[in-house]
Amino acid sequence: MTGEWLTQAIQAVLVLACAPLLTGVTRKIRARLLRRRGASVIQPYRDLLKLIRKEAVVAENASWLFRVAPYVMFASTWVAAALVPTFATGLTFSAAADLIVIVALLGTARFLLALAGLDVGTSFGGIGSSREMMFASLAEPAMLMAVFTLSLFAGSTQLSSISTYMLGPDAGLSISIALALIALVIVAIGENARIPVDNPATHLELTMVHEAMILEYSGRHLAVIETAASVKLLLYLSLIACVFVPWGTAVSGAGLLAYTIGVVAYAAKLAVLGFLLVVFETAIAKMRVFRVPDFLGVALMLGLLGTMLLFVSRVSR
Amino acid sequence: MSQLATNCVGLLLLLAAVAIPLSRLRFGSHLVYGACTLVCAVLAGSALLVLLAPGLQPGVIELPVGLPLGRTLLGLDPLSAAFAVIINVATTIVSAYAIGYGAHSREPQRIVPFYPAFIAGMNLVLLAQDAFSFLVGWEFMSLASWALVVSEDRSADNRYAGLVYLIMASAGALTLLLAFGLLAGPAGGYTFVEIRSAVAPHIGSIVLILALIGAGSKAGLVPLHAWLPLAHPAAPSHVSALMSGVMTKVAVYGFVRIVFDLAGPPLWWWSVPVLVVAAATALLGVLYALMEHDLKRLLAYHTVENIGIIFIGLGLALAFEANGFRTAAALALTAAIFHVFNHSLFKSLLFLGAGAILNASGERDMEKLGGLIHRMPVTALAFLAGCMAISALPPFNGFVSEWLTFQAILISPELPQWIPRLLVPAVGATLACSAALAAACFVKAFGMTFLGRARSTAAATAHETDYWSRGAMLLFAALCLLAGILPGFVIDSLAPVTQMLAGARLESQATQPWLRIVPIDVHRSAYNGLLVFAMISIAAAATAAVVRRFASHALRRSPAWDCGFPEPSPATQYTAGSFAQPIRRVFGGVVFRAREHVVMPKPGDNAVARLRVDLHDTIWEALYVPVIRAVNGAADRLNKMQFLTIRKYLTIVFVALVMLLVIVGVWR
Repeated sequence: MTGEWLTQAIQAVLVLACAPLLTGVTRKIRARLLRRRGASVIQPYRDLLKLIRKEAVVAENASWLFRVAPYVMFASTWVAAALVPTFATGLTFSAAADLIVIVALLGTARFLLALAGLDVGTSFGGIGSSREMMFASLAEPAMLMAVFTLSLFAGSTQLSSISTYMLGPDAGLSISIALALIALVIVAIGENARIPVDNPATHLELTMVHEAMILEYSGRHLAVIETAASVKLLLYLSLIACVFVPWGTAVSGAGLLAYTIGVVAYAAKLAVLGFLLVVFETAIAKMRVFRVPDFLGVALMLGLLGTMLLFVSRVSR
Repeated sequence: MSQLATNCVGLLLLLAAVAIPLSRLRFGSHLVYGACTLVCAVLAGSALLVLLAPGLQPGVIELPVGLPLGRTLLGLDPLSAAFAVIINVATTIVSAYAIGYGAHSREPQRIVPFYPAFIAGMNLVLLAQDAFSFLVGWEFMSLASWALVVSEDRSADNRYAGLVYLIMASAGALTLLLAFGLLAGPAGGYTFVEIRSAVAPHIGSIVLILALIGAGSKAGLVPLHAWLPLAHPAAPSHVSALMSGVMTKVAVYGFVRIVFDLAGPPLWWWSVPVLVVAAATALLGVLYALMEHDLKRLLAYHTVENIGIIFIGLGLALAFEANGFRTAAALALTAAIFHVFNHSLFKSLLFLGAGAILNASGERDMEKLGGLIHRMPVTALAFLAGCMAISALPPFNGFVSEWLTFQAILISPELPQWIPRLLVPAVGATLACSAALAAACFVKAFGMTFLGRARSTAAATAHETDYWSRGAMLLFAALCLLAGILPGFVIDSLAPVTQMLAGARLESQATQPWLRIVPIDVHRSAYNGLLVFAMISIAAAATAAVVRRFASHALRRSPAWDCGFPEPSPATQYTAGSFAQPIRRVFGGVVFRAREHVVMPKPGDNAVARLRVDLHDTIWEALYVPVIRAVNGAADRLNKMQFLTIRKYLTIVFVALVMLLVIVGVWR
């Protein structure tokens, strides 16, 4: 019991502490692939430090929502990330929330951020919110369908149960799982504002989605939002790692060695997934906004196909 | 308890009569609404007692009135008690709101007498234990609400809404009459007890279709929803709240009562039409809502979506029950009725918020609102809670019922039949899609109304509403949160209903550690709303504390940045139309046959360029317009009969007589 609490606490701190590092690493790899030297991998930490030391400039007509939204949206993202097993399963709170809840918590964060984008009443905020919600209207069901596929496959919506099932002997290769993986990867790209859906480094306002929404933010509020964005990227990669490459994850009650292996394996998985993400990103061009629904629609259809196959192939008892 | 509830309904009817003279007095409407609040609270309390105290025999009241040689049976069983709680909780709070809000109406005598009558009608439907009083209550409810819809009859839109509503309500009541006629059978036993004992097996299927049309048209199932977005917004806002949040639930009750209780054991294919219609309703409802700029119409369309979600649960329950999966049926039923409860809370809340806005600014059009969060902070907070709840976001209540519906979907691969098995994943995807679109819809609703800069002087000079209204909205918001973080209590109170309808109940959630809910098995799925809420609160508070401790405290107010080109005119903000434009482009091409035309002036011409968007209400055009045309055509033909000579009339009478005689002769 104490072990579970400890794991949960370490996990919650770990995701928060590592998230900016992951962002830094992906930026570094991206720069190297583009034959630039790139900033140090700890640059995101320095950025955050600089941001929280600066004064916050808030638009005159911003309401309380504008100032509260970053914290609540960060909190929901963080809670969601703390519930995804990273280096060990058997978290205390794993029975509090299943995979559907994690998707919905990200929905809460998105809802608040989209509202914050509308709060000041500028056209850029509006464009960001509107497009974000349009993407979400396809990305969220796509993710849910991927979740359904996994849940039907493993017979549970609990992440720890799914992860354990995937490690066990019953889990074979399955087309549905492959479809769910593709769907989840597409959703991860779309939801984290990566190329080809959005460009996190853009300076062309009309191509921005996420950045347009948070255009009015500065100082500590921006720092909180940026951290939340990093945590969200970490969450998606952890989720893919936890479900599709669960090897090395320590099970609850294992010895110290298992936990050490778990941490190392987790770091390796994140590094590989981050690398793949960046390679994909550099190899592809940004899409036109109205091509994105097709891209995300593919994810939705693949997720639906995966679920449908499982529904059909299930032998009734 | 049944006696108490019956007395309360009688009291409400009496109140309706007393209200006619009272409403002309200065504080008369306050008195009537206050009395409604009390009576509904008593009704809710007594129904809750029936639901929670299993040993209590509520009994059945016999009234010596009714059909010739008949009597009227009234009583509460678990099903009607559950719905009575749901309906009367919302009605109590709405009536309290009306104490403040009703004072603003210009002609209270056109509203106040019908209000208690409307509530009495709804409660009569729930109390009815025989078909006759059920239908009487149903018609009472329809007519009273019709009177409330046309209470503001100066606007042609409202008169039109009243006409459409009256026609649809009559058609719905007719199909229900037929359904009960079939159920009662040739013996004519029209009490529910007699119907249950003497059910003919082959009748059930026809009854299902009739109930789907009759109750579905009242609830707002696509394509019978056409009256709903016209009529619900036309009424005064507290009545809109009742019609959308509460009356549609009575319709759901009617469907559940007829199909699950009276129509006998279900066949497996019953679930198919229900699921198809429900999924279409959920998706189309939210898409219609997204295209709407009028706040109250948006909310009304959104009711259509939620009815779809409820019927998805009911359809799944039918499929499970037909195959003898009792626990799964109990889960799906719990999900559906939980959503009924949730929707009654947040839809009422949102309509009350719309009423407060309408009262403060005189505007329902979102294109003319904006920035109200500064001038109506309490309304904004309550409305935000409602928006988050209806968008199915944790930790609010809407999420719990959708989560339960998803859990029910995830057990349906066990179904042996192929058609539901292929259908259910598609239904699941539709449900997921409509949930995500609902979030977009309510970002739009809240963002355009409360955030940004005021788009008109009416919005810029709005003021906060009265104490009663604020209190009522905050109470609804608190209930939305409470039902979201303590869902186990709601699920446990619904156990007698599932026991009655599906013959099984979910495991008691009260015994679960940490107040979590576990529908089937903890290794399969669990949710703990309280813990999620606590974790979010703690994480947010901790972050705020850390930021406060280590970050700079300086805060400077300055003009908006807007990439260096801030535009002072509020017209440059995103509007409701522009917010929905991407979604219209993605989904609207098929559903609404949306087309955009850019009208460009010739080079050198200084005229403005214009963007015209054509949207079609495809369902109305495909289904209703031909019917209207046919009726009008037939009426035109028949109109000629009015101007015949007496000789021709006599000929017609003679021919008719001969034909009747021939028919009688052949019949013999």
